[in-house]
Amino acid sequence: MTHAIRIGSGLGFYGDNWEPVVASIERGQVQFIASDHLAELTLAILQKDRQRDPALGYARDVVPMLLRLWPLMQPRGVRFVCNAGGLNPMGAALAVRSALAGAGWHPRIAVVSGDDVLPLLQEAGTRFDHMMNGADVSSVRERLVFGNAYLGAQPIVDALGQGADIVITGRVADAALFLGPLVHGLGWKLGDASTPEDFNRLAQGLAVGHLLECSGQGSGGNFGSQGNWQAIPDLAHIGYPIAEVQADGSAILTKAPDTGGLVNFDTVRQQLLYEVHNPHAYLSPDVALDMGQIALTDEDHHRVRLTGAQGARPGDQLKVVAGFKDGFKAEVSWGFSWPDAWDKVQAAEATIRSQLKERKLPFDELFVEYPGLNSAHGPLAKLPPAAELNERAEIWVRMALRTQVKAAADGFGRLFPWMALSGPAYTCGFQGMNSSSELLGIWPTLIPRHRVQARLEILEPST
Amino acid sequence: MNTATPSLLRMPLARLAHARSGDKADWVDFGLFAWNEDGYRIMEREVTADKVQAHFAPWLPGKVQAWALPNILAMKFVLEGALQGGGARNLRLDNLGKAMGAALLRMDIEVSAQEWQQAQKSPRRGWWPEPLSPRA
Repeated sequence: MTHAIRIGSGLGFYGDNWEPVVASIERGQVQFIASDHLAELTLAILQKDRQRDPALGYARDVVPMLLRLWPLMQPRGVRFVCNAGGLNPMGAALAVRSALAGAGWHPRIAVVSGDDVLPLLQEAGTRFDHMMNGADVSSVRERLVFGNAYLGAQPIVDALGQGADIVITGRVADAALFLGPLVHGLGWKLGDASTPEDFNRLAQGLAVGHLLECSGQGSGGNFGSQGNWQAIPDLAHIGYPIAEVQADGSAILTKAPDTGGLVNFDTVRQQLLYEVHNPHAYLSPDVALDMGQIALTDEDHHRVRLTGAQGARPGDQLKVVAGFKDGFKAEVSWGFSWPDAWDKVQAAEATIRSQLKERKLPFDELFVEYPGLNSAHGPLAKLPPAAELNERAEIWVRMALRTQVKAAADGFGRLFPWMALSGPAYTCGFQGMNSSSELLGIWPTLIPRHRVQARLEILEPST
Repeated sequence: MNTATPSLLRMPLARLAHARSGDKADWVDFGLFAWNEDGYRIMEREVTADKVQAHFAPWLPGKVQAWALPNILAMKFVLEGALQGGGARNLRLDNLGKAMGAALLRMDIEVSAQEWQQAQKSPRRGWWPEPLSPRA
């Protein structure tokens, strides 16, 4: 196979907008759309869903998304890969099959699972040290609620090889959602990769996947700059990035014609380094990528050539993201108006601190910030002197409590309302009477590859 | 004897570079990008791991790692211990550090008038639609 593959970006997170994908399908000449619904935190959100209803635990937006997109993809032969399965890939697949069948569509759906390694993490005696701080997992073992290994591209390649129209996975490495179709479509070696050329091709594919996994961030969205983002056209109609990849691994980043956004050296390199740590060792289950020799060249308007990704054999461990129960949180926000707004905020805060003490509500931390003044940049945004703040039209305060005791979190919001009639005057916008929620801590760790077995199932089309 | 010292300008890094931040567990990472080669030479000198650490220290005194990627006129920084243990438990409104890329751009740098003029004159490497921003 020597033809190029064009693959387009789907969602960049659970809750993202799928309307821009329409342009990629209709005018972007893509053969594949790959969609990343899982950020590190998303599994924590899905875990709460699954606690309420065991049939959930997947990114539910995949159902309305495919009801909208599948009727456009099917006639053009476009295939779809996503990780919306989350903690329950089969649940997601059944929901998609049933919704599409209701609309008269019967695609071949593949389900990739096997990423759930929670039982292994819960075994006493095994070491799953925290990847970043080295802590022993035994400190949280009893509180673990999910644990998922990042799978690689192989099960996706297999699913496409078996003719799947739609592939729904659980936790796989984000970029593997894109690498899978490239390996399948371009006939690259993956598990049997051995030469530098094999690994460099995979590295190019992994870099492409990384550039596409965050939807609009790869085509001019969220472009962090002073005085330049304004020059990026029509973000309201942004075209998500599309990659055109040749069999030798060379790649062009682009987007569908007549869409907003900007694909150039600047927007593409901002995404290239996004959430990368050591750029010389961007690790994935399929290949270790060194970005040091990567070059990005604007070949034309909205056409950036990517070359120079260097690959090496991946390590024998897979990354795992686990979540553990980590106490409770409650938060309140409240506005205080001129005059003396700053003094009133300080008085309210002092009152709450003394009430927490008087009522002996146990807590680990009370965090206070002033939206509009220092929420984004903390102490790096220096507060003006009190006299100046007292002359402001309004000051907002947000207080957030972290505690191990649910009743303390539940009671936090109730410490405030009396102040409306019996505290300082001229307040507005109180929020947070019932704002308590459970917190999940994230536990990143590693697991030997041989202990994780990816599973592939093809669903029979429903009739 | 030439005693003249070149006049030094102090300015926020935002004038020289653009940036994006992201999160992994308790670490925030920054990609920092000069607009052109002349800007990159200044950036590489002015924005070291030590200086970034000192910039964030009044707020987040964690360790900073840095890598240079001259091919794409970029630097990569990782700030450890930046998210109160991680985005899922962070009590801040910006629990994922999405606005922290801008906090990096607040950092002051020092450039000579001459090299600043040169960096402003040099063309960008990327293609941008006209008209460029009113404030560029």
